[in-house]
Amino acid sequence: MINISVFIDKENKNDKIELNENSLVKDLLNQLNINPVTVIVSRNNELILEDEKLNNNDELKILSVISGG
Amino acid sequence: MDCCNQKPIIELTAGEKLCKSHFNDYFETKVFKTIRQFELLDKEEHLGIALSGGKDSLTVLNLLNNLSKQNPKIKISAIAIDEGIHDYRDKTLKTAKEFCDQISIKLNIYSYKKEFGLTLDEMLKILNVKPCTICGIFRRYLLNKKSRELKFTKIATGHNLDDECQSIMMNQMKNNIGASARLGPKVGIVKDEKFIQRIKPLYLCTEKEVTTYAFINGLLDNFTECPNVSRSYRAQIRDMLNQMENKFPGTKYSIVNSFLQTLPMLKEKFKHESIKACVKCKEPSSKDVCNACHYVEKLKIVCEK
Repeated sequence: MINISVFIDKENKNDKIELNENSLVKDLLNQLNINPVTVIVSRNNELILEDEKLNNNDELKILSVISGG
Repeated sequence: MDCCNQKPIIELTAGEKLCKSHFNDYFETKVFKTIRQFELLDKEEHLGIALSGGKDSLTVLNLLNNLSKQNPKIKISAIAIDEGIHDYRDKTLKTAKEFCDQISIKLNIYSYKKEFGLTLDEMLKILNVKPCTICGIFRRYLLNKKSRELKFTKIATGHNLDDECQSIMMNQMKNNIGASARLGPKVGIVKDEKFIQRIKPLYLCTEKEVTTYAFINGLLDNFTECPNVSRSYRAQIRDMLNQMENKFPGTKYSIVNSFLQTLPMLKEKFKHESIKACVKCKEPSSKDVCNACHYVEKLKIVCEK
C-alpha cells in the first residue's frame, strides 16, 4: 500500500489516502468520487495526467476547474 | 500520443497529450483563431474586459492585453461589477484589482449598492427570487450602461465552451429558443447603438483548458465559489454535462459545434424582434419596462411596506 496526502481546493481540506501499489491518478479520483473532467491535479506544482503513477508519500493538489460563480 | 519528449500536462479531448510549452501555444493559437474566425475584433477597438477576478476573465485580460501591446489600435480597459455578495465578490475583486495594477490596466468598478441602493445579499432578503436571475439582470444592465458611458466599442467576457454548452442546454430544456438566438461568440441578434457588443474569445476553450492555462501562467487564484451557485439550475446542467463528458469525451464540443451550425438560422428567425427604450430608464429593452427597472420597482414597493 502507499500513502498519499491530498489537498482538495473546492473543499479547502487536506486528506490522507491509502491506495494500492502502482495506483494511478485516476484511481485516486475514483476513490474520492471526483469526476476527472472537473479537476486538474498537481504534484510539486507540476500538472500530472490521469494515467500518472503515484508514489508513496506523494503530496498532491486537486484543483477544481469549475467557475465559482 | 505525446507532442514531444517533454512531460505532458494535459490530455486533450481528441486524445493528444501536450507538454506545457506546446499547450501554451495550442491555447493561445486557438483563442486568436476564434477571434479571427468569428471576426470578434475590428481594426480599431477600445475593449472593456468584463472582469470578475476568476480564472476565465483574467485569462481573457492577459491574452488581449498581450494582443494590445502588439497592436496599439486595440486599447484595453477593465470593468467589474460588485454585486455585494459577502465573502465572495470582495475576494475575487481583490484579485482583479491586484492583477490590473500589475499589468497597469485601468479597472472601473460599479456596485449594486451605489447604483441600485442595495447589495445583492440585501435584495435577496427582501425578494423571493432565484439569486442568479436577479443578479444576472442587474449585472448585464450595469455592464452595458457603464461600458457605453466609458465609450467601450466592445465588451470581452470570459465565457468558455462549458458556459456556452450549459446555456444551450438550459434554453433547450426550458423551451427558450429565443434566448439561444442571442448566444454565440458574438452576443445578440441585431445591432443597436445602445447595446455594446459582447464577445467571447474563449468560446471554443473548455473549462479544463482555461484552468490549465491559468495554472501554468500564474493566473489561478485560490478557489472561491459564489454562495448562491448551488441553488442554480445552471449548476445542475453543468454536473449533468460533466458526467456525460466523462463517459463520452467530446460531448460538449459536439453540442457547441452543432449549435454553431444552427445559429445563423436562429438569428435569422429572431432578427425582427424589436429593441425598445425602457420607458423608465431609456436603456434598451425588449419590453416597455426593462427587467432591471421591474425589479427596482418591486424592491421599492417591498421596502416601503
